[in-house]
Amino acid sequence: MTYTVNASGICKAFGGKPVLDSVDLAIETGSIFALLGPNGAGKTTLVRILATLVRPDAGTAAVAGHDLLADPVGVRRSISLTGQYAAVDDMLTGVENLRMMGRLLHLPPREAKARSADLLAAFGLTDAGARRVKTYSGGMRRRLDLAISMLVKPRLLFLDEPSTGLDPRSRDQLWGFVREFAADGVTVLLTTQYLEEADQLADRIAMLHRGRIVAAGTADQLKSSLGGEVVRLQFADPAGYRRALASVPAIRTDERLRTVDVGTDGSAAAVHDLLGLLRTTGAPAARVSVERPSLDDVFLSLTESSAESSSESSTESSRATSSRATEKASTR
Amino acid sequence: MTTAYALSDTRVMIARCLRRSLRDPEAFFTALMLPVVLMLLFVYVFGGAVKSGGTYADYVVPGLIVLCAGFGAGTTAVAVAVDMSSGIVDRFRSMPIHGSSILAGHIVASLARNLLATALVIAAGLGVGWRPTGSPAAWAAAVAMVTAFILAMSWLAAAFGLLVRSPEAANAATFVLMFLPYLSTAFVPARTMPAVLRPVAANQPFTPVIETMRGLWMGHTSTGAAVGHEAWIAAAYCAVIFVAAFAAASWLFRHRTAA
Repeated sequence: MTYTVNASGICKAFGGKPVLDSVDLAIETGSIFALLGPNGAGKTTLVRILATLVRPDAGTAAVAGHDLLADPVGVRRSISLTGQYAAVDDMLTGVENLRMMGRLLHLPPREAKARSADLLAAFGLTDAGARRVKTYSGGMRRRLDLAISMLVKPRLLFLDEPSTGLDPRSRDQLWGFVREFAADGVTVLLTTQYLEEADQLADRIAMLHRGRIVAAGTADQLKSSLGGEVVRLQFADPAGYRRALASVPAIRTDERLRTVDVGTDGSAAAVHDLLGLLRTTGAPAARVSVERPSLDDVFLSLTESSAESSSESSTESSRATSSRATEKASTR
Repeated sequence: MTTAYALSDTRVMIARCLRRSLRDPEAFFTALMLPVVLMLLFVYVFGGAVKSGGTYADYVVPGLIVLCAGFGAGTTAVAVAVDMSSGIVDRFRSMPIHGSSILAGHIVASLARNLLATALVIAAGLGVGWRPTGSPAAWAAAVAMVTAFILAMSWLAAAFGLLVRSPEAANAATFVLMFLPYLSTAFVPARTMPAVLRPVAANQPFTPVIETMRGLWMGHTSTGAAVGHEAWIAAAYCAVIFVAAFAAASWLFRHRTAA
């Protein structure tokens, strides 16, 4: 297994306030890795450190085989950073942006010109190429941003909150491009506060909360860390709801919606038995759905527990989670 | 190879900044109109009331050059602050390019903009009856003086733009640079000012710059000092401002982009 990012013990504080607290990160080459967390969790700081913009207070990292502190230029040759706000020049046209960046990447003028035309076409911007970026929509700016990143194929592409401010269609389009990059061998590190985005795109996810990685693994691993699946039963009338409550082990209920959630292993037999039991007690369920916990559930349970209990215990559990996740990944 | 890249990076950044200058119609129009409008205003409206010993056009041209070039250099603060508040500098800094090229682009674009403004002041001055008597060598020295002045002011403005970060606050630089010439010998000789202001006007950095150009073009200064004397003081001022502002801007750039 080769890793494009290998960071350990990354710490950073701003004005005495810790922003990152001993963060370890290993990103497999060619994978899409999502750094998930709310605003202020430290996602952008971690990206800026790995992109050589900020020096960590402690810790070491290698990006594409180059040591972050000893060989920042080597790192910069291997990465492309798209910022939280599209890092393009508003006053220039799309073509001018691409050619400028091409020249800054030291492509010969002719090649910069040719690549620019190809990329405009690939990202559906040919018609807008001669217009100033100021007139672009959010989706177009993002596409131009990505096109610039592909002038020279990077080993590692940073996408800092790529879908912020995009409409659903532009977002789907963006996701399509990100998957294409990964299929093309580009390792992608994306930050997001949208669980759906991490769930849809990422091979592996690390949840960052208050500067610490509180959980890491695949979306499936993270979801199953909350336990099994849930059968949600909904009843037609209050009487059925109450009878069901008395006869099945509910883990969650909602009186207004008349729903009862029951833990299950997800097998057809278990659901069949449960429904049979309800019929015999005279409380047949009107509707049934089987649900896995969402990443939202994982995230909320992790952040709530760390908010309530002392930070020590939450770190313990996160270490356990992440080491388990790592084991699973390495046996694949 | 690295030097070649540094030069190429800087060339790209200069082209970028020049394009941006040309595409800000409001600022560009102001930069072009200011010399002409001020020239007409000072020569025809105020000029008659000023006893400068000779025609007022002969007196005022160096002052207007410093006013326009100072104002133009001040807009560099805004341009730098705009860059710093957008994501593009992060992108530049994460690329294998020479960080110094980003500021160098702004400074060279500022030089180009303000030498153009200087040319406009000179053209407008000649149009309203300015008749300089200096030799070609004196002209060359006067142009060198204004170039050094623009360079120093551009770095000062860049440092200020980096310091305040917000484009609105950076705008204050243009205000100060546009205001300072009024407290110099730009428009009236220092001897006509109240006693409190006279030492300020005589000793602030703009005065020796203006007097050097005045002396080179017209053969005498308004302060009565020799041109060479004023030139030494002006050169010292520009050199000190340049070195201090360059160091401050370089330091600020490294720290501002790494937070």
